[in-house]
Amino acid sequence: MHELSIAMSIVEMAEEEAEQRGNVQVIAVHLKLGALAGVVKDALLSCYEMACEGTPLEGSQLVIEELPVAVFCPHCQVERPVSSMQLFCCGECGTPTAQIVQGKELEVVALEIEEWAHNPA
Amino acid sequence: MGSQPRLVEVRKNVLKQNDLAARALREEFGAAGVFVVSLVSSPGSGKTMFLERTLTLLRQNYRVAALVGDLATENDAIRLARSQAPVKQITTGTLCHLEAAMVQNALQEWDLNDLDFLFIENVGNLVCPSSYDLGENLRLVLISVTEGEDKPLKYPTIFNSADVSVITKMDLAAAVEFDWHSAYGNIQAVRPGMQVLKLSAKTGDGMDEYLSFLTARLSEVRTAAAIARETPCSSR
Repeated sequence: MHELSIAMSIVEMAEEEAEQRGNVQVIAVHLKLGALAGVVKDALLSCYEMACEGTPLEGSQLVIEELPVAVFCPHCQVERPVSSMQLFCCGECGTPTAQIVQGKELEVVALEIEEWAHNPA
Repeated sequence: MGSQPRLVEVRKNVLKQNDLAARALREEFGAAGVFVVSLVSSPGSGKTMFLERTLTLLRQNYRVAALVGDLATENDAIRLARSQAPVKQITTGTLCHLEAAMVQNALQEWDLNDLDFLFIENVGNLVCPSSYDLGENLRLVLISVTEGEDKPLKYPTIFNSADVSVITKMDLAAAVEFDWHSAYGNIQAVRPGMQVLKLSAKTGDGMDEYLSFLTARLSEVRTAAAIARETPCSSR
């Protein structure tokens, strides 16, 4: 279970990015999560909420786009999805391949921000 | 109310801090000419016994040292110290994996130039260590025959983060009716082309082949480093 430390890194990263942009509030953080990143989506979502507590990101949303594993097929000479996580073969022709081109991502891709207009207190 | 929400692009790897630390380590290892092997496995697969034998045998001809990660206790470091090699324990508290910064901290008092091989035993865990680069040259995933042949199918991520598989406790293979072909096939299914070594750290069977593999890799890395040094465009 390392999702909490990952969530804390995401919050920290988003805070820094928001600070650089001045007087803004982060509404959502958009994340790309590959199937081979070693991170569980649901665990990360609940950890994110915890990690946001007491920070300027409290109440923000984590929007996760899950990316399946894609490999380069040496036979078809193109990127293909894998047959399954238990079978690293070209999803089309079945040629085994370990050339992973997608699936290891753990990346903050965008922030949804809003200028701070007033304090909703 | 505030203005309309807008989307701004960021594109940053969440593990950037770790990746930067790992890159710095890799450069340091390369400059010192030390070959670094990390071990990952589930708890109880025999990492420590395997490492103790590795250190004892390699020590006859090479300068070796080890870092060992555990949630708590210095037990593994005490066991490994029997090999007479320098050993340091990293206790992670509640953290389920090692991170590059912990390796950096643990190495502070050691001069890497005094080493040929450095081994890093990760916390016993087949999930979390897969996300963290430690700057190692080679990541070795261990499974023991007592764990069942389908381990690779259950943990495809760690097999895809490792370079080589080692099947240990082969001396128990018959007793637990271990099916080598099935295990090998499962590794190849989740990681086509992965090299698989089988051995028993206890009886020593298969250790020679494994040690030859390591020493060949050390020579490769040193040759590549020597060529890089002689090339005019090298930064060194």
